[in-house]
Amino acid sequence: MKQSRFKNVGITLFIAFVLTPVYWLLNMSFKTNQEILGGLTLFPRTFTLDNYAVIFSDPSWYNGYLNSMTYVAMNVVITLLVALPAAYAFSRYKFLGDKHLFFWLLSNRMAPPAVFLLPFFQLYSSIGLFDTHIAVALAHCLFTVPLAVWILEGFMKGVPREYDEMAFIDGYSFPRFFIKVFLPMIRSGIGVTAFFTFMFSWVELLLARTLTSVDAQPIGAIMTRTIGASGIDWGVLSAAGALTIIPGILVIWFVRNHVAKGFALGRV
Amino acid sequence: MQKIHNNRAWWLVLPVFLLVAFSALIPLMTVVNYSVQDIFGPGQAFFVGTEWFKEVLGDERLQDSLIRQFMFSGAVLLIQIPLGIGVALMMPKSGIKGSLCLILIAIPLLIPWNVVGTIWQVFARGDIGLFGWGLNELGFDYNYTGNTVDAWLTVLLMDVWHWTPLVALLCYSGLRAIPEAFYQAAEIDRASKWAVFRYIQLPRLKSVLIIAVLLRFMDSFMIYTEPFVLTGGGPGSSTTFLSQTLTTMAIGQFDLGRASAFSLIYFLIVLLISWLFFTAITQDDKEK
Repeated sequence: MKQSRFKNVGITLFIAFVLTPVYWLLNMSFKTNQEILGGLTLFPRTFTLDNYAVIFSDPSWYNGYLNSMTYVAMNVVITLLVALPAAYAFSRYKFLGDKHLFFWLLSNRMAPPAVFLLPFFQLYSSIGLFDTHIAVALAHCLFTVPLAVWILEGFMKGVPREYDEMAFIDGYSFPRFFIKVFLPMIRSGIGVTAFFTFMFSWVELLLARTLTSVDAQPIGAIMTRTIGASGIDWGVLSAAGALTIIPGILVIWFVRNHVAKGFALGRV
Repeated sequence: MQKIHNNRAWWLVLPVFLLVAFSALIPLMTVVNYSVQDIFGPGQAFFVGTEWFKEVLGDERLQDSLIRQFMFSGAVLLIQIPLGIGVALMMPKSGIKGSLCLILIAIPLLIPWNVVGTIWQVFARGDIGLFGWGLNELGFDYNYTGNTVDAWLTVLLMDVWHWTPLVALLCYSGLRAIPEAFYQAAEIDRASKWAVFRYIQLPRLKSVLIIAVLLRFMDSFMIYTEPFVLTGGGPGSSTTFLSQTLTTMAIGQFDLGRASAFSLIYFLIVLLISWLFFTAITQDDKEK
């Protein structure tokens, strides 16, 4: 029993470490700027929702959230649509250049975004997609698609190919087999993949900021507005930051059981 | 699993290939194109061959930030991988407590990177931050905007806070995939806790650990947004990592030739190290 108490203490300490900075951000977001700069208080003395009111009453603020969510959602859909068939091919067939293709895909996950900033800007400007949601979604595919293929392939390998053969003998066409039989079997895998795709697209800012100016600007870029001539508006900055955490918590809530069910990944 | 040789599988991979090629090859070619030219203006470009590469390789500022980068990535891996495994082992196995832990621990992963910087800014400042204020109250002379060591430790602590959860999450999932029978067999053999970890859990975690190590290496090597928001690369240039040096060069100074040559070298370094990791691990597999 001693072991289990040790574990509980350990995990509690780690969670405390994770949550303290987040608590501090929340704490700041409910304070007035006078209180923030006046002295250190562990919880808001004069509790205020004004900082949040600023964000929800100004379209140029809350549109940032909508923009971010729009391109992330597009990215997740595109990524899953192209990665599912590709992962199936990698998990079931050998074909000309498969290993090289796989490593090449992964190598794009390794390209530092800083390398691609300027060319990306030029590419999307020249095809008239600059400052659109789809441009950011496509650019993010560069690192979400390889990861998605990698994760999905691991899950697909876990499904014996006898299932495929049985379905074909029963007269299923390939698309019908894939959608009706195969996809439900790797539900967890799709959930986990969607989670990671969401995560890496939602948190990325460098590319998203470079490819947008007004209409599709992500919330992260709008937050820099709080730095004005009179210094930083800490209260609003904290409130804006606190709001960016919510979509992530919702997504992890939906996939928690898939992650907890466990996965061992394939290929390596 | 025995795979069938069938080149028609290319049709299934084609969408991925086209999509990634569009976003990867065209920009990469642009970078290659810049790296061998000196551009003064539209229509005024001169082919300079490997000139930029030679210059970049001899640039001391770049060498410094490369060394800083290696130190940072090394420290990140050394701390986060063991800590992540430890956290995963300590997490409750199932039930509502397990779910709750999972969600709480995943929070830092889902925060946009600039907000991570902001959080640590308001947390570590000496005047308004709990962490900075607390350390000063305890008598430590802590100031992350003025002191190099403090800045380093703060950036490192921020990264540990930010990314250890990813390692923990992957390992937790890997652990849940181990069949109960393995543990029962170990119990019959009266295996010690250490033996269970060493001979059952660790080998079974291998595939997720590879992903964890690779992702952590790549992302820590490309870190940009968080230190940029937190320290702006300072004090001096003590926390200016490669990406930031590169971005300043390409966008701040608009030094395209040099920045592109540097980009390619940067990309090759990441590629080479990842490939080494990859082959070292898969090689190990084949020998067994």
